[in-house]
Amino acid sequence: MVKFEIEAPLIAKSRKAGHFVMVRVGKKGERVPYTIASSDPIKGTITLVIQRVGKSSEKVCQLEPGDYITDLVGPLGKATHIENFGTVLCAGGGVGVAPMLPIIEAMKNAGNKVITVLAARNKDLIILEDQVRKFSDEVIVMTDDGSYGQKGLITAGVEQVIQREPVNLCVTIGPAIMMKFVSELTKKYNVPTVASLNTIMVDGTGMCGACRVTVGGVTKFVCVDGPEFDAHQVDFDEMLMRLRAYN
Amino acid sequence: MPTQEYLQAERAQLWREELRKTIKNKERTDRIRVKMPEVDAKIRSRTYDEVNMGLTPEQAQAEAQRCLDCVNPTCITGCPVEINIPKFIKNIERGEFLEAAKALKETSALPAVCGRVCPQERQCESQCFYTQKLGKEPVAIGHLERFAADFERESGNISIPEIAASNGIKIAVVGSGPAGLAFAGDMIKRGYDVTVFEALHELGGVLRYGIPEFRLPNDIVDIEIDVLKQMGVKFITNCIIGKTISQEDLKADGYQGIFIGSGAGLPNFMNIPGENLIGVMSCNEYLTRVNLMQAADPESDTPVQMGKKVAVIGGGNTAMDAVRTARRLGAEKAMIVYRRSEEEMPARVEEVKHAKEEGIEFLTLHNPIRYEGDERGRVQRMVLQRMKLGEPDSSGRRKPVAIEGDTISVDVDEVIVSVGVSPNPLIPSTFSGLEITSWGTVVVNADTMQTADKAIFAGGDIVRGGATVILAMGDGRKAAKAMHAAMSGF
Repeated sequence: MVKFEIEAPLIAKSRKAGHFVMVRVGKKGERVPYTIASSDPIKGTITLVIQRVGKSSEKVCQLEPGDYITDLVGPLGKATHIENFGTVLCAGGGVGVAPMLPIIEAMKNAGNKVITVLAARNKDLIILEDQVRKFSDEVIVMTDDGSYGQKGLITAGVEQVIQREPVNLCVTIGPAIMMKFVSELTKKYNVPTVASLNTIMVDGTGMCGACRVTVGGVTKFVCVDGPEFDAHQVDFDEMLMRLRAYN
Repeated sequence: MPTQEYLQAERAQLWREELRKTIKNKERTDRIRVKMPEVDAKIRSRTYDEVNMGLTPEQAQAEAQRCLDCVNPTCITGCPVEINIPKFIKNIERGEFLEAAKALKETSALPAVCGRVCPQERQCESQCFYTQKLGKEPVAIGHLERFAADFERESGNISIPEIAASNGIKIAVVGSGPAGLAFAGDMIKRGYDVTVFEALHELGGVLRYGIPEFRLPNDIVDIEIDVLKQMGVKFITNCIIGKTISQEDLKADGYQGIFIGSGAGLPNFMNIPGENLIGVMSCNEYLTRVNLMQAADPESDTPVQMGKKVAVIGGGNTAMDAVRTARRLGAEKAMIVYRRSEEEMPARVEEVKHAKEEGIEFLTLHNPIRYEGDERGRVQRMVLQRMKLGEPDSSGRRKPVAIEGDTISVDVDEVIVSVGVSPNPLIPSTFSGLEITSWGTVVVNADTMQTADKAIFAGGDIVRGGATVILAMGDGRKAAKAMHAAMSGF
């Protein structure tokens, strides 16, 4: 995982929690969406946290400080709906914690009690813990191997909280399979849940439809209708299938 | 329309008068229309080279001789950008090819593009004296336009149109497609300080991401945009008006006028079972991958599926572009599936002809009702409903009606859905002060292209929903004229 601070003054000024950007590296590069982790409008920078998962993310991660990104455009998508819901449970897995951070901050500033569950395979993959703690009333850390926090999957942490106290909204960001299980769990407890989806995109501006998902039986475009949707309505199986289109 | 006085004064020039006398009209009208030389269908359906090769100077001059230089040139009424057609054609006839190109540029910002992609048979050529009065094939105005524009470009003597003294008024253009480029060209000529904002990383809009290279090479688009740059138009890529920069930011930056040419966006789907299977995609996705992202180039990081049995759903020009692209990417079977008959197809006759020559199969009077996939979610076959033609509908075309119980199943490994697009939602959802229809198009005064906000004009697909390059350009010109009139107090 690599953290990038990118000079992009216009985006730094206009972006809100939940927005993403399209990044392209090199003239033969692919356009890939990344959700913004934070921004500094005074310095004119935005922050992205990128995990090496394939050719295009590898290309970004090979950039050195001072290098240029060939193309960067945004902010795209709809911003997160922020209001005082009461208690908000944020469930972030792996690199998904980065785009979760601005939501945690905005939810806290709106007066919510924020409980965050951070999850990863092991201790080294838990990121941004200090920043998350700054805006969370409570943080629960879950690792698959038990090398840090509690041993277990993210759903175990989420369930602990739901069983313990009333939760008005759950926000989940992470790998699609993780969001699917979080969504199934919160549905059982009738906790309204929002998931930020990370589908394949080409243009990212509503033109191609590569990112389409079925939400409540209707086809939606993640780039312009999302990226956040009512998780209980999302057809995660179809989304997981479509994510494997080029594998 | 250009004024009659101007057209008559041009026509009365000595060289035109003498040229008219060199060949008798009877002799001119007896000639047969030139045929555009094409790359052989077997060869071209395996390459990305341009299909039409262009006329030789001899062919162009011979064709130009067919034009009668009419007193009342009705052809001009068929041109959305009102090119002085007889003027450029007569310059070709007398061998002044560079002058012909200049005549095109008086009113068209993109002559080499228009000479390739305009549906001339429905516009200028449909209004030609030959078509209207003689019942003969019209003068090949489109082929001649392309010839003059190409000759100028290849000569290295590209003329830059005259620019009025700068008036310092800043104008923003949203989108670098044909509407925005035509608008920008006309406004820079009038002395405005014009900046074009493009959301994608390349300029040209649909000319870049939509129309394939075998119909419109990217180099041609680059060169036409380069002329606009030399005229002083500024271009900013990777900038989304309404997102990166807001409407208020533009005003605060001193932009006094805005032209919205943000184009079509959301591709339409049919909402039938199986449409989200892997291998089923919109024509926008397919063409964007191949044209904008160069996905067929092995060095490109963007992938594209190269199906062996490809069905394209729809009968428009975009459908033809997609199916012919699929053929070039190695499809053994490339099919058009269209619910009406060939007669009702909206695609240009030339595109249908080229597609057939390249071995494209046409399943007309068929409509997909579902797609079926394998265990990995990849499309395997489509089920088509057979149709027949019923009574004419509101479009005047005979309405396709399902023949109950008559369906067929066809094996496919890729399906490209090309059943139209809806306007791009970014501007309607982020701008205030505009009137938006329930379709998502921006409402304008049809004469001026002015929106409900007096400082904002709009044209092209964001207004029309889905149209042609040349109609978008016509909108851009009309908007430029009206915005200039409004700003200079006419």
